[in-house]
Amino acid sequence: MTDYNIADLEGIARKLRRHVITMISRAGSGHPGGSLSAADIVTALYFRVMRHDPANPRWPDRDRFILSKGHAAPVLYAALAECGYFPLEWLTTLRKSGACLQGHTDSRLTPGVDMSAGSLGQGLSVGIGMALAAKLDKKDYRTYILLGDGECQEGQVWEAAMFAPNYKLDNLTAIVDYNGLQLDGFTRQIMDLEPFVEKWRSFKWEVLEVDGHDMKQVVDALQKAGQVEGKPVVIVARTVKGKGVSFIENNVDWHGKAPNKAETEIALKELA
Amino acid sequence: MTDYSELATREAFGKFLTELGDRDPRIVVLDADLSRSTMTKYFARAFPGRFIQCGLAEQNMISIAAGLATCGRVPFASTFAVFASSRCFDQVRMCVAQPQTNVKIVSTHGGITVGEDGSSHQAIEDIALYCSLPNFNVVVPADSIETVEAIRAAAATEGPFYVRLGRSKTPVVYTSGCTFRLGKADVLREGNDAAIIATGIMVYMAIDAADLLAKSGIKCRVLNMSSIKPIDRQAIEAAAEETGAIVTAEEHLLHGGLGSIVAQVVASGTPAPLASLGIKDTYCKSGKPEELLEANGLTAEDIVDAAKSVIARKR
Repeated sequence: MTDYNIADLEGIARKLRRHVITMISRAGSGHPGGSLSAADIVTALYFRVMRHDPANPRWPDRDRFILSKGHAAPVLYAALAECGYFPLEWLTTLRKSGACLQGHTDSRLTPGVDMSAGSLGQGLSVGIGMALAAKLDKKDYRTYILLGDGECQEGQVWEAAMFAPNYKLDNLTAIVDYNGLQLDGFTRQIMDLEPFVEKWRSFKWEVLEVDGHDMKQVVDALQKAGQVEGKPVVIVARTVKGKGVSFIENNVDWHGKAPNKAETEIALKELA
Repeated sequence: MTDYSELATREAFGKFLTELGDRDPRIVVLDADLSRSTMTKYFARAFPGRFIQCGLAEQNMISIAAGLATCGRVPFASTFAVFASSRCFDQVRMCVAQPQTNVKIVSTHGGITVGEDGSSHQAIEDIALYCSLPNFNVVVPADSIETVEAIRAAAATEGPFYVRLGRSKTPVVYTSGCTFRLGKADVLREGNDAAIIATGIMVYMAIDAADLLAKSGIKCRVLNMSSIKPIDRQAIEAAAEETGAIVTAEEHLLHGGLGSIVAQVVASGTPAPLASLGIKDTYCKSGKPEELLEANGLTAEDIVDAAKSVIARKR
């Protein structure tokens, strides 16, 4: 998955965003804001950085990905479908009774989903387990975990943050989709996370900061993370919640709401 | 070979884990700063590279175990029963029960016989919590010999397990060996006047009670219900039909434990008078294990009284 250049990847990210809007609109519920903010990161991982094989979702040597912010499931489903893990038509079944694409990620039902999520704060710990297994088995796959910034208010994230450097898990990369918003409002008002980068540094992580919508910066940081030895890496990606759709961007009302027909049309036009 | 009969259940578990670890390289062990008490210290010593010290972070420990399991490892995660249940319940639910990861949670210091440490350390809700989780197997061995067999079965059976062990040494029930079968009750005494269904340390008391009752001509069937989930419905239904009077005994709250589960089975099959011994909707206090058992109506004599009362209620 290394053939795509930056412009290609930007195009794919736009496509994923269109899927997100269409899927959530059709489902009548879901989380557009956090799915749109993560689209560039997910694109960089699945179409450039990660070693994986859509025809063999359980390939033991694949890089692992955990969407710890499980409510951003639509953007992951869009990426998995575009990669070929399952047919694109499945995207029309999001959140429907009997569908394989659940409201939050479910590893029992969706090919390519390595671990269920939806209750925040747990993915980094699960990723540590996968990274530990790689070390034990002397395998060179990497484990990537995507967290939300609001999610980092969960105490378990910091239990995991303490653990990973103590075990020198340099095969682990955490990415924080720092969009500054959570369900009830701005993170700085609900429960300020700052100084955020300093927190991770004091926990002995290598910290990289990027504009989470600058594809080149995102790809470079993910690749650089693979070179760091002796400690885990966290990429703090500054993002805009709802990125790409003017009326959703940075608007707390769009954390968990589906666009209506008219809104969907406008959004898709903006993402064309 | 280790003679497990001389050991507390947690000690037997710790020693046997090293035997298992020797045979199965997939096994890894996680602990949250209690390895000297849960006895995973033996494994840590034998296989330092496969022992994962998590520090005081039970939530992190359970999710890490799940991550390891998704990569083909067989993780055993241990801590005290109070922490293994309520402290990390959401992690157990989301990372183990729901995705059905192959994680084995073995708790020690279950029940009130933890004793002097008091109510904060007395797990009395853990069986109810774990039984409430779809996909979980829940086992409470009766003694050290059955502990070894239960741990062997947990390692060999794909899927989530919760095994609850105790702190103190308990009398050996299986002096001449034991065949543990998941989902099967073990009939330790035959009899048709009443059935005593017990789990964990209450099993040896159930046997004592049956022996006492036999002296006054009452023949009780004794069932060791170490496998609480899946439960042996057939054995319970047979007991209800053939004895017509049932006593349950457990070192756990009455709500949601063995007594509740047996009541459900009995009520939906052949109803029979039932008496349930367990902790009655209260937190207990510090004290010696035997004092606490007595204070909470969990002695062989209490089982005898309960058996007589259910027999008197027979139609």
